[in-house]
Amino acid sequence: MAWNEPGGDNRDPWGKRNNDGPPDLDEFFKKIKESIERLFGGKKSGGNGSSSSGGDSSFPVFLILGLLVVAWVFSSFYVLDEGERGVVMRFGKYQKTIMPGLSFNPYLIDTVEVERVTAIREYTASGNDSMMLTRDENIVLIPLIVQYNISDIRSFVINVNDPVLTLEEATDSAIRHVVGSTAMENALSDGRQQMTSQVRERLQTYLDSYGTGINVIAVTLQRGAPPEQVRDAFDDVNSAEQDRDRLIDQAEAYRNGILPAARGEAQRIIEAAQAYRGQLISRAEGEASRFNQLYVEYSRAPEVTRERLYLDAVTQVMTNSSKVMVDVEGGNNMMYLPLDQIRRQSAGGTASDSGGTLDRQLLIDEVLREIEQAGGRTTTNQRLR
Amino acid sequence: MKNKGYILLVVLAVIALLASVSLYRVNEKQKAVELRFGAVAEADVAPGLHWKIPLVDTVHKFDARVLTVDATPESFYTLERKRVIVDSYAKYRVLDVANYYRATGGDALAARNRLGARINDGLRNEFGTRTLIEVVSGERDMLMNQLTTELNLTVRESLGVEVLDVRIKRIELPEEISEDVYRRMRAEREVLSREFRSEGEEEATKIRADADRQRVLLEADAFRQSEIIRGEGDAQAAAIYAEAYNEDAEFFAFVRSLEAYKQSFGSPDSLLVIDPQSDFFKYLKDAQGGRAQ
Repeated sequence: MAWNEPGGDNRDPWGKRNNDGPPDLDEFFKKIKESIERLFGGKKSGGNGSSSSGGDSSFPVFLILGLLVVAWVFSSFYVLDEGERGVVMRFGKYQKTIMPGLSFNPYLIDTVEVERVTAIREYTASGNDSMMLTRDENIVLIPLIVQYNISDIRSFVINVNDPVLTLEEATDSAIRHVVGSTAMENALSDGRQQMTSQVRERLQTYLDSYGTGINVIAVTLQRGAPPEQVRDAFDDVNSAEQDRDRLIDQAEAYRNGILPAARGEAQRIIEAAQAYRGQLISRAEGEASRFNQLYVEYSRAPEVTRERLYLDAVTQVMTNSSKVMVDVEGGNNMMYLPLDQIRRQSAGGTASDSGGTLDRQLLIDEVLREIEQAGGRTTTNQRLR
Repeated sequence: MKNKGYILLVVLAVIALLASVSLYRVNEKQKAVELRFGAVAEADVAPGLHWKIPLVDTVHKFDARVLTVDATPESFYTLERKRVIVDSYAKYRVLDVANYYRATGGDALAARNRLGARINDGLRNEFGTRTLIEVVSGERDMLMNQLTTELNLTVRESLGVEVLDVRIKRIELPEEISEDVYRRMRAEREVLSREFRSEGEEEATKIRADADRQRVLLEADAFRQSEIIRGEGDAQAAAIYAEAYNEDAEFFAFVRSLEAYKQSFGSPDSLLVIDPQSDFFKYLKDAQGGRAQ
């Protein structure tokens, strides 16, 4: 199996082995051919100059071959980190999956492709990439993040050309399908939870149908937003909502302001009424009691008591009030008394005595005249004596 | 020694040369077709290392993985003649290597372009029979399944490939329709804003009216209660008076009148014009008080 001997330019076996894609056999042979030719060519050109010295010229050939074999063996050992898995293909055919640790796979016979399977990878779609149509033909922006890892490295490596791009395409399709089946109101608010699980499910189905070996761990739908062009209208809805709440709050403040005052006022009215009732009853009881007591005395000596009461009362009245006594025959109610002036006189008091007496004299004269005239005219209305 | 080294080298070189022209390997990710003098000798070569006869057999390898046709976004018309820009992708893989080789001559790009054209035609037809809503929402799955089935009926034969599925990445509305949509969205939002604000006013007015009503009722009720209480007071007082004064109505009238006189005429402002004939003055002129009469 000499064909698998490494070429002369195989100085960095690790770097080459880690290259993606299978090493091309044809190219490899070409390189071997080239290097052999170079070797012989060198020999020939060198041989011309040193053919006489011959002897030990075969030694470097074996030395070089030996070194190449050693290098080949060493380059066939490799280490996988925890979290990495390798897929081994012998002559291109799937052989096995390598677990973390030290492994040996002959270089150029086996190709090993290593992927970090436990690491969580992310795909983010935001900005204009997240613009989509809803069921009611509105346009919304719903950014999302997909977190995934590799569940089946063999499928991941072998089945699909560019599995990561496939995931991105499948995500774009799945989210648009789900959003396209959701009304905008829902998509922007409380439908997110449901949409998230739907997208995840759908995406996983797509990926499984392609055999990508990718496991979707989580789909996170960020808060959806309306597009830039209509955002102010959406914002205005929010402020309208707050305006509504504010108006209601103000009205409630008004209510809370006037109702207690009204209750207080009502209480005041009732209290006033109760005061009135209490006052009235108390007065009535008081007066009734006073009357009763008086009546008891009265019933013992009605005549005298009556007379005394009467005189007391009249005395009090007479003492306190101004009086004009008209002791004239034939006086009647038609007689004219300048009562206003009399009153003013009495109110004027005793300070202007001389003037007062004069005026009074005049007044009295006038009154007497009046009375005489009246008396002359009417005689029928005389009082009994 | 010298010759031995050369011979070994030459032998190695010859073996390497022979191997390089007569051995080939097929990767797990690949499918290969082996031709003998141009005719298909082995249609589906399994992955691994294989022999061929140099100069007689030729081998063509193709990518056997799931491949993508990612067409450039295309304009389609829906049933209601709305133009939409559709960005789709299709997943396919080579199924029948011989067919695939015959159809495309092994040119992957040509195959992809032919498939892309087929898919676009299919999409155009499907879109033409559906409304925008149907295309955007739940109908999508059905549309795509149907399209995939139809495509597979032809491309399996003609291209040797199998379409796994066709999916729409995004449906976009062209600029002028987007503007319409934005205008409509805006109008809808404005309706909502106005509704919220009017709702607020309605609610506020209701609350105020309710508060005013409660206040008026509270006051009215207070008035009612107060009148009842006052009436009670009046009634009880009247009852008390009546009970007391009924003992001797005449005497009551007398006492009460005297009281009234005192109050009415009790001030210096009161001016009495008195006829001395009255009872009070009966002793003023006559010590007998007119009793002689």
